[in-house]
Amino acid sequence: MTMQKAIVKMLQGNEACVYGALYAGVEFFAGYPITPSTEIAEGMARELPRRGGKFIQMEDEIGSIAAVIGAANAGCKAMTATSGPGFSLMQENIGYAYMTETPCVIINVQRGGPSTGLPTKIAQSDTMQARWGTHGDYTAIAVAPSSARECFSETVRAFNLSERFRTPVIVLTDEVLGHMREIMTIPQAGELRVVDRVRPDVPHEWYRHFEITPSFVSPMASFGEGYRYNVSGLTHDQDGFPTAIPEEIKTKLDKLRLKIERYIDEITSFRTEMMDDAHVAVISYGSVARAAYQAVRMARERRIKVGAIQPFTIWPLGEIRLRELLIPIKKVIVAELNMGQLVHEIRRVAPRHTEVFSLNRYDGEVMTPHQILDKIREVL
Amino acid sequence: MTHQPLQSEVTHHYLRPKKKFPNVWCAGCGNGIVMGALIRAIDKLGLDKNDVAVISGIGCSSRMPVYLDFNTLHTTHGRALAFATGVKIAKPQMKVIVITGDGDALAIGGNHFIHACRRNIDITAVLINNKIYGMTGGQFAPTTPGGMIATTAPHGNYEKQFDVVKLAIGAGASYVARGTVYHVTQLEKLITGGLRKKGFALIDAFSNCHTYYGRMNREGDAVAMIRWFKKHAMPVEAAARIPPEKLKDKFITGLIHETDATEFCEEYHWLVDRLSGKEAEK
Repeated sequence: MTMQKAIVKMLQGNEACVYGALYAGVEFFAGYPITPSTEIAEGMARELPRRGGKFIQMEDEIGSIAAVIGAANAGCKAMTATSGPGFSLMQENIGYAYMTETPCVIINVQRGGPSTGLPTKIAQSDTMQARWGTHGDYTAIAVAPSSARECFSETVRAFNLSERFRTPVIVLTDEVLGHMREIMTIPQAGELRVVDRVRPDVPHEWYRHFEITPSFVSPMASFGEGYRYNVSGLTHDQDGFPTAIPEEIKTKLDKLRLKIERYIDEITSFRTEMMDDAHVAVISYGSVARAAYQAVRMARERRIKVGAIQPFTIWPLGEIRLRELLIPIKKVIVAELNMGQLVHEIRRVAPRHTEVFSLNRYDGEVMTPHQILDKIREVL
Repeated sequence: MTHQPLQSEVTHHYLRPKKKFPNVWCAGCGNGIVMGALIRAIDKLGLDKNDVAVISGIGCSSRMPVYLDFNTLHTTHGRALAFATGVKIAKPQMKVIVITGDGDALAIGGNHFIHACRRNIDITAVLINNKIYGMTGGQFAPTTPGGMIATTAPHGNYEKQFDVVKLAIGAGASYVARGTVYHVTQLEKLITGGLRKKGFALIDAFSNCHTYYGRMNREGDAVAMIRWFKKHAMPVEAAARIPPEKLKDKFITGLIHETDATEFCEEYHWLVDRLSGKEAEK
């Protein structure tokens, strides 16, 4: 066995997302320039043609996500990247991807809102939009890194989850994470798992594009392979043809939910620090988690028994696992860069004896360790 | 003597007869005529069903792919060309056809339309133009002529009308044609030409919506409306010989514009080749 030389790079979060996507085998990127996500499109424009992949700058974000879904149905691992306003524009077609069970990855480098808001400043105010952005009933998957290294690995995981469950997956990063440079070692080939969608193994005429299987995930053929299936955003039967039959409608919507809910343990992932003897916990994700770890260490120096929980999967949050983590906890602080979004989910999930506090910042600046430390001391 | 298949047998071969019929269209609707012309064009060119993708948006016209036995994608309102762009770039060897309507392509999808023309991507778009929103019940469209009645223009339409042919030419499409559901043979030929053309092809197919447009504007039933196309169509060749004042109540049909320009996927392929050549030299 030969040892490959480790590649160490100084990367922005946005660039790490590009390399993560390439590692996961991205073949198609469509996007539209928007601050603070543009470096992802620029990286793709540089790298994809070199590797025989496809890049297109579309006329808007609506067209970008549409082209991504088209390419995914033609067999590509496909993605786009955007920020708040673009994410809003994409919502209708993201819903189309949920409905048509099309795997794809959407990176949202969050900035302040609402509306045009703060193009160059940080926020986490799309937390709820990542779950409930498009109309209708569906179950969303969203993952959230907190460093360049995690931008890489969570983008790989986003592709894996989208291919595994035939569903769009959202990567929530933010302006600071996207632009901050950090040293990271690029994982070598084979070091991280790369998942490809399950292909059908039945004769063409037996194939059903939305077949109800025991796992609720249907194998997926691509256009041009002889299967000639129909895809529609209208509520459809297992063959993809529009239906108005109540049982078929319910079956379809249940499928969208169950194919994800059944595999929550596989989808959710947490990092915990100093939780063993903690009475107080800080829950945060993305760049806020970095400040939280620092705050927890500072509090420990002051002999405060506090720990930190960082969910890597924001949606679904994994309520059973989270509730277990919170059982010994008397007070939990949910720190986020918005007016309180994830805190609602934590309130829903937390055991009755756990008091939930919200720590918010929404002035376009990062959350500091001192802010979190002050809050820890306040709730004690 | 070998058996010559009947035209109906040929058509049947390209449909999903067991699955999706009867269709959703009103009796007498021109959409079926356009679908027949499209099928015959595909058959004439001998395209493999597996290599054809038909993509549509939302509206009466956009229900067509469901009935067709190809790779079919029924997408969101106005976005068919953007979805089709993704499919075409991902699999350039496939023949990508977009079925759209006047509201779908020119109102909500106007941006995607002009940019598909500009890129000159190898997609054949058949725009079924009935001058009204049919599926939602007869609202005025960007193609509704001034003064005409629609449910959202009950006192007469006070907006200007879109000429899709001029728009497509201006935006850079390499094949622009107009046909009608009366001139079925011509329509079939125009679609065939569009499918043959390497680049963005638009076929503006005038069709009748007697249920809404015809009824509200007293233009009669399906037959009367289709007769109107017969009376007012002027082939582009004949129009060139006639003084403009005589063309006032006519509309031009036929292959109106054709140029040769580099196609998007081809251009991209050259880029990939060039970059891989560069890498090899290093």
